[in-house]
Amino acid sequence: MSVQSEPLSASNLAPASAPALNARANLLRARSLRLVLGLLGLGVLLAAWWLGTDVLARPESFAARFSPTAALPALGELLTGSDLPLHVMVSLRRVLVGLAIALALGVPIGILIGTSRFAEAATTPAFQFLRMISPLSWMPVAVMVFGVGDAPIYFLIAFATIWPIMLSTAAGVRALDPQWLLLSRSLAATRWETLSRIVIPGILGHVLTGARLAIGIAWIILVPCEMLGVSAGLGYFILDTRDRLAYPELMATILIIGVIGFALDSLARALVGRFAPGQA
Amino acid sequence: MTAGPGPILEAHGISLRYPGQSAPVLKDFDFSLDKSEVVTLLGPSGVGKSSLLRVLAGLQAPASGTIRIDGEALSDVHPRLAMNFQNPGLLPWLDLEKNVAFGLDFARQPKLSREERQNRIDAAIAEVGLDHARRRRPSELSGGMAQRAALARCLARKPEVLLLDEPFGALDEITRAEMQDLLLKVVRDLETSAVLVTHDIDEALLVSDRIILLGGSPGHEIGQWTIDLPKPRHDAVSELGRLRIDILSTLRNARLHH
Ligand SMILES: Nc1ncnc2c1ncn2[C@@H]1O[C@H](COP(=O)(O)OP(=O)(O)OP(=O)(O)O)[C@@H](O)[C@H]1O
Ligand SMILES: [Mg+2]
Repeated sequence: MSVQSEPLSASNLAPASAPALNARANLLRARSLRLVLGLLGLGVLLAAWWLGTDVLARPESFAARFSPTAALPALGELLTGSDLPLHVMVSLRRVLVGLAIALALGVPIGILIGTSRFAEAATTPAFQFLRMISPLSWMPVAVMVFGVGDAPIYFLIAFATIWPIMLSTAAGVRALDPQWLLLSRSLAATRWETLSRIVIPGILGHVLTGARLAIGIAWIILVPCEMLGVSAGLGYFILDTRDRLAYPELMATILIIGVIGFALDSLARALVGRFAPGQA
Repeated sequence: MTAGPGPILEAHGISLRYPGQSAPVLKDFDFSLDKSEVVTLLGPSGVGKSSLLRVLAGLQAPASGTIRIDGEALSDVHPRLAMNFQNPGLLPWLDLEKNVAFGLDFARQPKLSREERQNRIDAAIAEVGLDHARRRRPSELSGGMAQRAALARCLARKPEVLLLDEPFGALDEITRAEMQDLLLKVVRDLETSAVLVTHDIDEALLVSDRIILLGGSPGHEIGQWTIDLPKPRHDAVSELGRLRIDILSTLRNARLHH
């Protein structure tokens, strides 16, 4: 056989025409490795939960009431019941409305700041100041101004999420290729044409990246926001389970909050990839 | 070679100074371009070639001087002029066809019927030989193809004057030669005039009817040559060689005196 007569070296261990194939196989291997590692990490998290509540804690201790062996069945019941979907829908609606307000205000302001050095210099200190105040500190004020109900929650979510949207919009405007603007000048474009045909499509990637950050923030502050003066939503439901001493349900709700947050972020990332490939 | 009666584009007494700069970039500059003529502005970096082109395009208001297109005074950008920039500047979110069509429907552009617009787009894309790549995004085009697409975007506006600012500067030598041939074909097919900015002497020799040499100090014209040879000129090496030496020595003398 000719194989035996050839000297053994790295170069003839692999077929010569295979580099492209190899690269693809490597990519696939790297991806599945990531997936396996990710699942492993989640498994460790679950195991730690179980260890801390079922194994290490004494059965009659308080910690044992938060065990996954009780929470997972409770989760099943919640998912099939009618209460939880209602609370989830209410919470999602609040996040969406709050985000919509933040986008409606943040994008135009961001464009203004990105376009005008003057506006930037005038607003930067004020915005940096406001940005660093936890939105939750406004909660009492918001309730006093907007009354109890959905309005203060919309306000708080919008207030918390407008900053990343505004800042990345402004960064997007500054990153526009000056030649595109020269092009629109040479076409005698109106202001509106420049805005709608060059600026807005040109900053879409930045805006979506800002929106992705905003979704994360909105979801995180939603729950504490819903702990004051409302009677529906996931934050409300957490306190409700506590008051009913329904600890497995409480843990199940926490799980659901995490899963929905994870899903929202994946969705946002997919949107960025779909509408602004390579821009973010 | 020049044909037709009077100049299509004329500039008289153009002066330009950028804010914060001591010396003006252009001072009392005169320029004229005949119908179907290709004029090259040749000169080293920083002599104000791009500035002059921007003034001619109406993108930059001069401090003084007048510009006329076909006798009509020009004060702003004008649809009869189309400028092609140094970088293709294609919009990455549009495919090639939409990039070529970009701006045709703008409010201040001449009104076109939908059919006429499509015809222009098709003709422009065909002219630069990119029919097969209509649906491609700019990221899927090579540098030469992107430059062709940018040229097609100008052609779709059916300009009477093409203003080209070092359009082939970033291309490799072979692609650049192709683009020079393409430029000659376009100018012949569409009967447009063109002002080409370059610092490549050979490019100037191959495509121009007239070469205006800028050098010494900014905006200073130091020589002008009319080249009355048929195009393409790949075989006219001996005549062009003599011109080349002439241009180089003029440039060198101008350097010495400044
Ligand atoms: N927008 C501007 N603001 C201020 N100064 C400018 C501006 N554009 C050009 N200049 C200056 O004007 C002079 C001429 O520049 P210009 O770009 O017209 O030269 P150029 O001949 O096109 O050079 P190059 O071959 O490098 O493109 C240079 O000194 C440059 O620094
Ligand atoms: Mg230049």
